[in-house]
Amino acid sequence: MRGEGRVRTCIGEADDCYVSSSRAQRGDLPDALWKGIAVGLTLLAMTQNALLKAIVEDKKMGVKRRDFFKIAGVTALSALTATKAVSAFAFGPSGHGGETVSKDNAVRWAMVIDTRKCGKGAQCKNCPSLRACHEAHNVPDIPNKKHEVKWIWQDSYDHAFPTQTHALIKDELKTRPVMLLCNHCDNPPCVRVCPTKATFKREQDGLVMMDQHRCIGCRYCMSGCPYGARSFNWVEPKPHIKKINRAYPVRTLGVVEKCTFCAERLAKNQGPICVEACPEKAIVFGNLNDPKSEVRKILSVSDSVRRKPHLGTSPEVYYIM
Amino acid sequence: MRDTAKVIIGILVFLVLVTTPFWYGKIAAESGKPPVLKVGTAEKECVMSKDFMRANHMDLLNEWRDHVVREADRVYVREDGRRFDKSLGNTCMKCHTDKKEFCDKCHSYSGVKEPFCWDCHNDPNAR
Ligand code: SF4
Ligand code: SF4
Repeated sequence: MRGEGRVRTCIGEADDCYVSSSRAQRGDLPDALWKGIAVGLTLLAMTQNALLKAIVEDKKMGVKRRDFFKIAGVTALSALTATKAVSAFAFGPSGHGGETVSKDNAVRWAMVIDTRKCGKGAQCKNCPSLRACHEAHNVPDIPNKKHEVKWIWQDSYDHAFPTQTHALIKDELKTRPVMLLCNHCDNPPCVRVCPTKATFKREQDGLVMMDQHRCIGCRYCMSGCPYGARSFNWVEPKPHIKKINRAYPVRTLGVVEKCTFCAERLAKNQGPICVEACPEKAIVFGNLNDPKSEVRKILSVSDSVRRKPHLGTSPEVYYIM
Repeated sequence: MRDTAKVIIGILVFLVLVTTPFWYGKIAAESGKPPVLKVGTAEKECVMSKDFMRANHMDLLNEWRDHVVREADRVYVREDGRRFDKSLGNTCMKCHTDKKEFCDKCHSYSGVKEPFCWDCHNDPNAR
């Protein structure tokens, strides 16, 4: 959607809603310019049409060489203009470091994970956050690694931050466990490549959502996501769910799934379940657009990094080192 | 005419055959009455009128689906002001507790095959 739109946002109480204006994040052009281009294209098309008509009516015989070139010229011109016009709008903000915190939205959910606390507790061997998430959302536990489905998982610093490590890095950091999940990127490549809009960014709060009803299982989004945050259901997941949480749907064969920042809980003014379940209080969640939020406070005083920020996806999960 | 009896039998057989659609329809109507559905709730009213729901529940469900998934709009307000969670599993199935006796019975009577809903949505009252 282009230009100004109005977004209804609710935080806190359900009645505590207000309307804010939102702008499209892609390069906006003034309406006048758009109109100009549209009129230009129409004129070109009309000329082309008229030429064709004249030839057919006058000659009532095949197209002559000269006329053919006339039409070809006009067609090429309009095609060129169209390509130019389209390509001019096809790119979002360029992403060196991806410093695009969307300031126009009232809410921008984000997560801060303290890697210094993570994995230190007595219960951490069998991460309670991971279990809580996968149990609440009916994420199947499939033994075959090739068919694995995961919303949140753990890997070493070395693997999680391949561009921010080196051969001589201290062992403790190199092997430090890091919780990984969908970054709910502010400029999500998965959304850009999805041909059906099954995955989309919720403009009112920045969540990158999945509409399983629309997913055709093409897996473009999985190639698009540079973080491996998405899983495909290669096998029917139901038999691999130990205990189905009947208050939440399961998925079916052939769709992609991932973390949703617990959209169903946010709707009830609850934070994500991994935040609640972490005994070390290593995960904090909040509104990045609120300068007084806990996430903002932590970020303002800690050394934080994000995964592969140079790709310009503007990930919204921050890691304290 | 020695063949009178045969002719009469022939005419009778003919009549029976020709009227097949009428008596077959009568018998079929007797055995094919719409099923009586078990609702299984003390509630008096659905989120919309019974007639509306009978004809349009699939559209309502699609609309709720889009509202919830795509627009983060999860609350339905009934005409009388009562609020409902727009949820197949957590609202509809709370009253229509027996999927077999409610959804399935009517779907099979009307020859509607099991919709995709249940590939992912749980029947919360199963087992
Ligand atoms: S697999 Fe589904 S969500 Fe992913 S790009 Fe294809 S349609 Fe979109
Ligand atoms: S982490 Fe991957 S799946 Fe999540 S929003 Fe970013 S690109 Fe999309």
